[in-house]
Amino acid sequence: MPQDAIVVTNLTKRYAATLAVDNIDFAVPSGATVGLLGGNGAGKTTTIAMLLGLLIPTAGTLHVLGHDMATDRFAALARMNFSSPYVALPARLSVAENLKVYGHLYDVRGIDRRIAELADQLDLGPLLNRPAGELSAGQKTRVALAKSLINRPDVLLLDEPTASLDPDTGDQVRSWLERYRAESGCTILLASHNMAEVERLCSHVLMMKQGRIVDRGSPDELLSRYGQETLEEVFLDIARNRQKSDA
Amino acid sequence: MTASLRRIWGLMYRHLALYRRSWPRLLELAYWPTLQMCIWGFTASFFASRIGSSSTAVLGMLLGAVLLWEVALRSQMGVAISFLEEIWSRNLGHVFVSPLRPWELVAALIGMSVIRMTAGVLPAVLLAWVLYSFNLFSMGPVLILFAVNLMVMGWWVSLGVVSLILRHGAGAEALAWSVLFGLTPFSAVFYPVSVLPGWVQPVALALPSAHVFEGMRTALASGRVDFGQLTWAIGLNIVWMGGAIVLFSRQFRAARTRGALLSIGE
Repeated sequence: MPQDAIVVTNLTKRYAATLAVDNIDFAVPSGATVGLLGGNGAGKTTTIAMLLGLLIPTAGTLHVLGHDMATDRFAALARMNFSSPYVALPARLSVAENLKVYGHLYDVRGIDRRIAELADQLDLGPLLNRPAGELSAGQKTRVALAKSLINRPDVLLLDEPTASLDPDTGDQVRSWLERYRAESGCTILLASHNMAEVERLCSHVLMMKQGRIVDRGSPDELLSRYGQETLEEVFLDIARNRQKSDA
Repeated sequence: MTASLRRIWGLMYRHLALYRRSWPRLLELAYWPTLQMCIWGFTASFFASRIGSSSTAVLGMLLGAVLLWEVALRSQMGVAISFLEEIWSRNLGHVFVSPLRPWELVAALIGMSVIRMTAGVLPAVLLAWVLYSFNLFSMGPVLILFAVNLMVMGWWVSLGVVSLILRHGAGAEALAWSVLFGLTPFSAVFYPVSVLPGWVQPVALALPSAHVFEGMRTALASGRVDFGQLTWAIGLNIVWMGGAIVLFSRQFRAARTRGALLSIGE
């Protein structure tokens, strides 16, 4: 039985009077893709920030790849990576320079070879010498994905990886993520507003609302539990406080 | 190369790549030190020509003071501005989720500060030699000790500035340019500490820079190395650097508690 790559226990984050994450528990099995779904302010980004060590929890524990993030986060961070359209890469550096910087930060051996591999896989060859700030949204997303894969992570945290992409580019990114997970056995935790994306990529879904996990299960289990045909309808049921029995 | 060194080099490479592709950035490094040296050099030449016999000593003391103070200023700005570059490019989120340790971040910023300071001050030193026949290195090996002490002072001041940026966000950015200028009157750069009012003198003597400049004037006037002043400068730098490290560590942790590492600069 595979070990859980991520284990979150009694996790709470409070900012003054605001309870951003309220005593949540979940585990992500190694090699699985798990979706973190919820509306704005549900606590998805806060949860990811705590998993990345950017934010210290008010209470609870996080273990990633067996490492306690409170005491041993750097050992885990070396085997993790992260991508978000809301965190930029230095705009004046070329794509190749950006990837080289992160190759060094993640202590990647044979950086030039790794950059060439990623350029080939993500079709970045023509972009390598262009400043990152001059790329289109779709190109920036592919570069951010390349950055997040530079160290061949065992755990990949993605915060709305296809936000603001056109359907074609979004589909390419999703296909690429599916292929990468299948080939590498990487564990992916995906925060998204895109229900179709979650249905397609995730084997398990955590539904968050007001800082709590209000439901969980595979996409099929959730659809059946709420009697709906799409995760979007399940999402709306939860967002609008419609009970499972009402649905 | 160890993993730590590779990470430190990675962050330095990020800044060096910026300079490699932008000559205005390179020019800016040397612009202010050279300008300061020219203004003070011509002013000192003018006054020295009125003084007469001691003119060379006066010129030397003023030029030495200008150039050494630039070492502190450029060292301080080198750390603070390199950190601000990460904020301006909204890149801190990626940097802090990498395995880069906070001390490695500081080491990379200090490495960039040394490079920026050298690229900025060296042209001014050469120009002082060409324009005024002033050789900063005539002080001898003690010059290195003076320069290192001023660099270290620049670093702990900038660690304080970075801590304030972590605490107050972009609102504290202006301190990156202004804070060390505010310490100039107390640093006895161009005059001895004894010139200052009595109540200001303890403030001056609490700064390593005041001891460095007292030592510099002794070295230029008599060729003697004042080890007492040097010891004070080194001791004070150790104390202030220790305090700055504690402040930075606390503010870094506080920023992680408040979630400021993602939103800083917004």
